[in-house]
Amino acid sequence: MVKLAEWRGKEIFRRYGMPLPRGAVVRSAAEAATAVASGAVPLPCVVKAQVLAGGRGKGGAVRFAATAAEAEAAAGAILGLEFKGERVREVLLEEKLPIARELYLSVALDRSRRLPIVMASAQGGVEIENVDDAQILRLPVHPFAGLTGYERRRIAKALGLTGGAARSLDRVLTALWGIFEREDAELVEINPLAVVGDAVIALDAKVIIEDDASFRHPEYSEVRDDRTPLEEIAREKEIAFVQLDGNIGVIANGAGLTMATLDVLQQFGGRPGVFLDLGGTDDPNKVTEAFLLMSKARPAAVFLNIFGGVTRCDTVARGLVEAMKLVPPEERFPLVARIRGNNEDEGIAILRSAGVTSLHELRESVQAAVAAAAGGRP
Amino acid sequence: MSVLIDAETRIVVQGITGHQGTVHTRQMLQFGSRVVAGTTPGKGGQTVEGVPVFDSVQEAVDRTEANTSVIFVPAPFAKDALLEAVDAGLRLAVVVTEHIPFHDMLTMYHYAHAQGARIIGPNCPGIAAPGKSKAGIIPNVVFRPGRVGVISRSGTLTYEIVNGIKEHGLGQSTCIGLGGDPVIGTTFVDALPLFEADPDTDLVVLVGEIGGTAEEDAAEVLRTRFSKPVVAYVAGRSAPPGKRMGHAGAIIARGKGTAASKLEALKAAGAEVADFPYEIPDLVARALAERGRR
Repeated sequence: MVKLAEWRGKEIFRRYGMPLPRGAVVRSAAEAATAVASGAVPLPCVVKAQVLAGGRGKGGAVRFAATAAEAEAAAGAILGLEFKGERVREVLLEEKLPIARELYLSVALDRSRRLPIVMASAQGGVEIENVDDAQILRLPVHPFAGLTGYERRRIAKALGLTGGAARSLDRVLTALWGIFEREDAELVEINPLAVVGDAVIALDAKVIIEDDASFRHPEYSEVRDDRTPLEEIAREKEIAFVQLDGNIGVIANGAGLTMATLDVLQQFGGRPGVFLDLGGTDDPNKVTEAFLLMSKARPAAVFLNIFGGVTRCDTVARGLVEAMKLVPPEERFPLVARIRGNNEDEGIAILRSAGVTSLHELRESVQAAVAAAAGGRP
Repeated sequence: MSVLIDAETRIVVQGITGHQGTVHTRQMLQFGSRVVAGTTPGKGGQTVEGVPVFDSVQEAVDRTEANTSVIFVPAPFAKDALLEAVDAGLRLAVVVTEHIPFHDMLTMYHYAHAQGARIIGPNCPGIAAPGKSKAGIIPNVVFRPGRVGVISRSGTLTYEIVNGIKEHGLGQSTCIGLGGDPVIGTTFVDALPLFEADPDTDLVVLVGEIGGTAEEDAAEVLRTRFSKPVVAYVAGRSAPPGKRMGHAGAIIARGKGTAASKLEALKAAGAEVADFPYEIPDLVARALAERGRR
């Protein structure tokens, strides 16, 4: 899941012929002044922080400027701000348009139908979750046919567009579908899509690219996302790693088992701090890497829950014991393990001889991990 | 009887010469599956674990009458592999490969569906009917023939749960791992009627997880057209919104896909809900005993 900032989304929009306001992305107040002076950004203009979090308008991350000096000052004020934990590195300046109406348009995946679904509403400019269902047109699209002409006309009608505006919408829909399909997007959302005179123009852009398609879209691999630095490292190493609010790290194999382990941990009063899914690995080096990554998150305790089916318990145990030797003393933490399945006796023996608490039942081992995190002995 | 596969199922392994393909061909043979062929383009004429390798699925079908595929082909080539299997006339394909882009899977699903072929997966452990056949990677040791059906979106968690059922002295009729991706070829809704129709299944264990509305959709089937008892578990009640929890499909997006919503729907549909995986075997035993009394 690669979430693109608005300006990156709009770069893609432009390539696909989407109608956009005139504007420029800048990284300093001086660049903002130049962008206005050169005429690239007509006045009056909107100055928008390029962050991934929503609620920019209410949060003071969107401002207006009537003069070049105001634009420069607004860009300077927004750049470097911390918005919902994200530092503002880019600002997008765009002409302020006379908006007649704000519409909503998106395409995403409908998992239950196993079809892409276009959503359109005449109630744009607010979050779609807050729009009455009756005001939203939901149109499943067959991937072999694509978004057809009659479907595009139906959307125009639902949005109350005719004449030039309807023709303009046709361009928007062609671009929307093209991006979804050819850029391997999970979501392409335009909110608001503004009616300006007899045209429609994309005022915002929200594009999420699918991670699994990165083999054919290397251009997105460098994009900064809202992952934490450790999550970013984990991504490069192809380890499923999610940082959470608590202080206990959980390493398990398989996403479902890891989630279930977090659930049990929370039930017994523990606070999960890291979700680490080893996957179906039987490579001790990967176990070592995962464990070292976990140690960087500085957990108060770590709980290891392995069910060895294909994975051999002794292989995991060996990787773990090797990894423990590599953790610097100041980063060490108590470790509680539960390993079941393939070669479990050997695995448990290896762990116990390395001083790791190794228990059989999920409940008692989770309780031991919670106690260890609270400062008790594991 | 069993669901989708039986002792007569003739398996072709696509990508048999890779590490995973080879390891799991051996495991399937040990389970008793009839793995009759493998394919890897350019490696026709070799054998793996005594199984003949062909360059294409069509050759494998012509020479061995294979009727079911298990696909281990890497993600960038998995779509092509599946289309090849469907075009060779196979009507069931288990796609083990993970990280297939969902846009590819949309093509795969609708192509297969139009030709009357079924996909299990992708990113799934496959299907097993103990004592009969296994098409996939679920560890052999967890099984024992019996009358409990299992349908799950999970991998390892399924192994743990199936193993728990075995350790409780019960056994399984058929176990299907549906896969953890957002678009899957066989959903709970697709699988439940197969178990309803299977005379060898007395009860179904349904293992869900956060993300999407597959469990809510399943609840609708349970309410309207399913007569057997169901024990359900949903992983991820502690998961925060907006975070992808390991599986591509395991994400609470825009308020949709929470464990609470799924559990509520399943309960309302009459399923026995386990709060934790280790409660499942007891609930299964109790539900079976109750059914026996009726």
